[in-house]
Amino acid sequence: MNRPVLEVEGLRVELTYSSADIVDEISFHIVAGEVLGLVGESGSGKSTIGLALLGHQRRGARVAGGEVRLEGDNILTWSPGRLRKLRGGVVSYVPQDPSASLNPALRIGKQLEETLEAHAYGGSSKARHDRIDEMMSEVLLPADREFLQRYPHQLSGGQLQRVALAMAFACRPKVIVLDEPTTALDVTTQSHVLGTVRDLCVAHGVAALYVTHDLAVVASVADRLAVMYAGRMVELGPKEQLFKSAAHPYTKRLIQAVPDISGRFELLGIPGRAPPPGHRPEGCFFAPRCEFADDKARKEFPGVTHISESHQVRCWHAEEVFAEATRARGLRKDGSGRDEQDKGLLAVRGLEAYYRSSHVLHDVNIEVWPRQCVAVVGESGSGKTTLARCVVGLHREFSGDVLLRGKALETSARSRDQQSRRQIQYIFQSPYSSLNPRKTIGQIIAQPLRLFSDLGRRDAEARTIEALERVSLSGAYLSRYPDQLSGGERQRVAIARALAAQPSLLVCDEVTSALDVSVQAAIVELLGELQRDLGLGLLFITHNLALIRTIAQEVAVMAEGRIVEAGSVASVLDSPQADYTKKLLSDTPSLAPV
Amino acid sequence: MTDQRTDVGGMGEAAVEPVTSPSAPRRDRRSPLVMTMKRALKLGRTKVGLALVAILVGIAAFGPLVAPESTTAFVGPPYQPPGEGAVMGTDFLGRDTLSRFLAGGRSVLILSVLATVLGLIVGVAIGLIAAYSRGSMDDVIMRSMDIVLAFPQIVFVLLLVSTIGPKLWLLVLTVAATHAPRVARLARGAALEVVERDFVKAAEVLGEPRWRILLGEILPNITSPLMVEASLRLTYSIGLVAAISFLGFGLQPPAADWGLMINENRVGLTVQPWGVALPALAIGLLTIGTNLIADGLSRALIGVDRGTAEA
Amino acid sequence: MREPAVGSSDDRPPRSRWLPHGITWFILRRFLLGIATLFIISLIVFGATQALPGDAARAILGREATPQKLAAVRKQLNLNRPVSEQYRDWLGGIVTGDLGRSLANQRPVSSFLGNRIVNSGFLVLLSAVISIPLSLLLGSLGALWRDRPFDTVTSIINLALAALPEFVIGVGLILLFATSVFQFLPAVSLISPDTPVWQELEFIVLPALTLILAVTPYISRIMRGSMIEVLESDYVEMARLKGLRERLVISRHALPNGIIPAIQVTALQLAYLAGGVVVVEFVFTFPGIGQALVDAVSKRDLPIIQGLSMLIAGVYVALNLLADVATILISPRLRTSLR
Repeated sequence: MNRPVLEVEGLRVELTYSSADIVDEISFHIVAGEVLGLVGESGSGKSTIGLALLGHQRRGARVAGGEVRLEGDNILTWSPGRLRKLRGGVVSYVPQDPSASLNPALRIGKQLEETLEAHAYGGSSKARHDRIDEMMSEVLLPADREFLQRYPHQLSGGQLQRVALAMAFACRPKVIVLDEPTTALDVTTQSHVLGTVRDLCVAHGVAALYVTHDLAVVASVADRLAVMYAGRMVELGPKEQLFKSAAHPYTKRLIQAVPDISGRFELLGIPGRAPPPGHRPEGCFFAPRCEFADDKARKEFPGVTHISESHQVRCWHAEEVFAEATRARGLRKDGSGRDEQDKGLLAVRGLEAYYRSSHVLHDVNIEVWPRQCVAVVGESGSGKTTLARCVVGLHREFSGDVLLRGKALETSARSRDQQSRRQIQYIFQSPYSSLNPRKTIGQIIAQPLRLFSDLGRRDAEARTIEALERVSLSGAYLSRYPDQLSGGERQRVAIARALAAQPSLLVCDEVTSALDVSVQAAIVELLGELQRDLGLGLLFITHNLALIRTIAQEVAVMAEGRIVEAGSVASVLDSPQADYTKKLLSDTPSLAPV
Repeated sequence: MTDQRTDVGGMGEAAVEPVTSPSAPRRDRRSPLVMTMKRALKLGRTKVGLALVAILVGIAAFGPLVAPESTTAFVGPPYQPPGEGAVMGTDFLGRDTLSRFLAGGRSVLILSVLATVLGLIVGVAIGLIAAYSRGSMDDVIMRSMDIVLAFPQIVFVLLLVSTIGPKLWLLVLTVAATHAPRVARLARGAALEVVERDFVKAAEVLGEPRWRILLGEILPNITSPLMVEASLRLTYSIGLVAAISFLGFGLQPPAADWGLMINENRVGLTVQPWGVALPALAIGLLTIGTNLIADGLSRALIGVDRGTAEA
Repeated sequence: MREPAVGSSDDRPPRSRWLPHGITWFILRRFLLGIATLFIISLIVFGATQALPGDAARAILGREATPQKLAAVRKQLNLNRPVSEQYRDWLGGIVTGDLGRSLANQRPVSSFLGNRIVNSGFLVLLSAVISIPLSLLLGSLGALWRDRPFDTVTSIINLALAALPEFVIGVGLILLFATSVFQFLPAVSLISPDTPVWQELEFIVLPALTLILAVTPYISRIMRGSMIEVLESDYVEMARLKGLRERLVISRHALPNGIIPAIQVTALQLAYLAGGVVVVEFVFTFPGIGQALVDAVSKRDLPIIQGLSMLIAGVYVALNLLADVATILISPRLRTSLR
């Protein structure tokens, strides 16, 4: 049966009081049993579309045009009562953060039950309980009374998300909208959940819209892909075709920005950033950042071009773009690595760390040399952040040695001498929290200058501008405040601040995890440049295995406070020895090999 | 709490989609503090509040200069309604109500401002230190604050007045002392949230001395809730100071003081209400004014934090 | 962004960080803490009144000091003994209920205050019973009908009332009811202190009304704020997206979570009432402990001042304790982690 269950045509959603469009001209369809991946970076409007399928919008937004047809009937014209019956019963929603989306004061059994009750499913209490049992076993959760009596905070992230899935599938809906359901989970749990989603959709013939920013994730779960940029759908087509040769420059660049775990492809970021609602240009929105842009593209928004019956795109140069394969085999610039004469920079020996009464790090040994990047990979709770904090002196409860150029360092940053403090700099994960919102960029970068050098005003300003330029920001940023900058720009400022101290070692703690994929790639490129040009050593903490191929030479894999495997990136990723590493590699989603 | 959700107007490249809100305009602007004040000024309530406060401060400050009679002269029989010789009638002794009213605001104002400022400084210092020290030091400090907090403000003041007597300096000190723990609690709460943020840790990694972190990193980030608290405290100070004078433990007769006047003229309320009504109205409007300013500031704050233009 | 998964990465519930002694232990600890607080308060009360440098007796009697009176006061308050002994005796008295004798009329403090405590208690209770449900209702409605006329009007009234000192509200009510249009309520209580107040209810209306007007704005404001936050929360949105009826969304998902902060504030406001009662009783010459305290302060009647201060502080501490315990019990998250 190929009639689409869900059809969206010309959907437009606006901001309520400014009437600027969040999304517009959105048209697509989904058939029963199919998973359509809706891909976009932040601000692209993908979540907005997801909510529209339930006839709902967040506060401050409203539907201003178009149709959403469920089996031919436009739900946007329905009365609130009818919509209420639709939600959860015919079209259901799986939220991004289940720990926030489940009532903390209600037992989960009750929350499951009320979905069934609200739609009068089953007709009797017994039928409903049976259904709950059924659902729980389908999502691989226990259905006993003890479990159902628990409160949300007594479940782990993975369990909560599976409860959310059970709630969504409970009333046997026809359509499911999944809004980045695995973003808050770690890799292993994520792969379980993705598998469950796939199986349930196929088993029940449900049409699914899977909203995500993570291309690797969507590659493993979707059949077709729709790519969003700045509120417009720029490409729509079968997954394999898009990955092989996309027809829109943005799709292409987005794929190129995804770290490739096999290490064959170069990682490329996209300069600039996407225009927010109300600030979108006249012609094609991507033109300011596009290498194919010409006058026509800058003046006129592209219409729809059909590459094939199932593959459509909005670009004036679609044919050209399509003709090039998406991923050229890149020359991986591997100009890094140790020089014979270098002396060791950082050595961690026999590190044991504690957090209150628990023993969180066991016998950790790591070495970093100048011009070398050592990645520390692990899932949450593995201790990798604790390790980074011990090295830099933020976490004081540890024993063992942290040696900087052979000299043992004190446990607390404050007790260390100025030179040692200067040489090791730390870059935090969240660019939103690592810059003081009350200081200007200039003041932020000048802070290490003030502490480590005796420069006069003018010299300090010159050095600050130098640091900014090194991270590809101009002097115009000096007087701006952090909240005027994007996430990527803020992270660059954080790096500039570190550079102003003229360090020898940079400790990067998940510095790209809070950023969009394209921005992430750009930051990684920057760090690689700095490593080469300034001879810095890098200790790069991450959970993203694919990323380390691009940036690191050596890797240490951590689990539960121990290093389970260490060695060169090539050897660990290509021929892993430890079971944990093997499992991690197999659980990490990646784009379909080309 | 996913802080990416409160990202300014969708400009961030966070991996989590921000709430749909308009982007903050990218014009270069001054510090967030000035921004908050400007935003607050746009609100109707703040303007009304400022107007009220301005008028009453004007009366309090310049009143004595324009008063028709002196505050102690007898201009007629007691409790005479408005008429010849006394525009607003006379008080319980026969003095001119209007003149006493015009002169009665200074004491209330000066005492409450002093008490507020003192309470704020001490409270903020304590709160900051408690938040940054954490651990046992924090516990000790806050437990001692709890002890002072165990007294309703007015009982505490009365307790000390009972032995030392109605001295004005005592009034200021005790009112300030009752404000300090409440301010400390607020400052500590706000500071705790800031202390966890990475830029404070970044400063620690760089090796900034503690006091510099407190003053340079933490304090500037709690000015917003502090501004609101300051105006709230002023509101309560005025109320407290006036109440204490009303009870007879503030300024002593024959001084002209709004609180005192209300008590003095209570008995003849039914015959000559103005001796009570005027000062009561003044105190009321003044406190409403400061509270409106506080509310305006707090609304502007929410807007600044969320990056929306909702008023 | 990858936040660490709730709990560990495999499916185990998070480990509890609290003492494994349960709720009773927690309450016991809070209770002991409260006693300790009262102990320190007693030191302050005693210190502020009797232990200050200088001659307490002279300070009390002021101009009326004659050698005989001074001696009498000294004897009554044991001022000739060392301070620590005085404190011990006094504290012992407090604990056993013997608060000494009033200096003004020589009656035993406890019997003197007995009926007044009942009167004030009745006043506070009446005000609480009316204002708490009223404010919770107003706050919730304000959140539900946010920014509509009802909400705007109540918000403005709340702002005004919250700002006004209680005595201004009281005096304002007097001006309104007893003088101008509505002359049916008495401005001043003429009942004797020994009559239980419920025998002459008309005298309690205005004082209660004043307290209600003073307290309601705070609680309703917090309730409104908390409900707004809850109504905008992810889990309320999710409940709507599951297709639940709005009524159910509000009653089962929004209210139980929204009310939690309001409970803390309510307890604090009740405690605040204990202080507000002082001024309000004075305004209406209501025969309760507030009036007694003010009188005692004017007359420097130390035993009464000490007794009342301890009483009021004790009520405060007890209510704070209640607030803490109630908050813990109502929030399932905190409750289960105590097991």
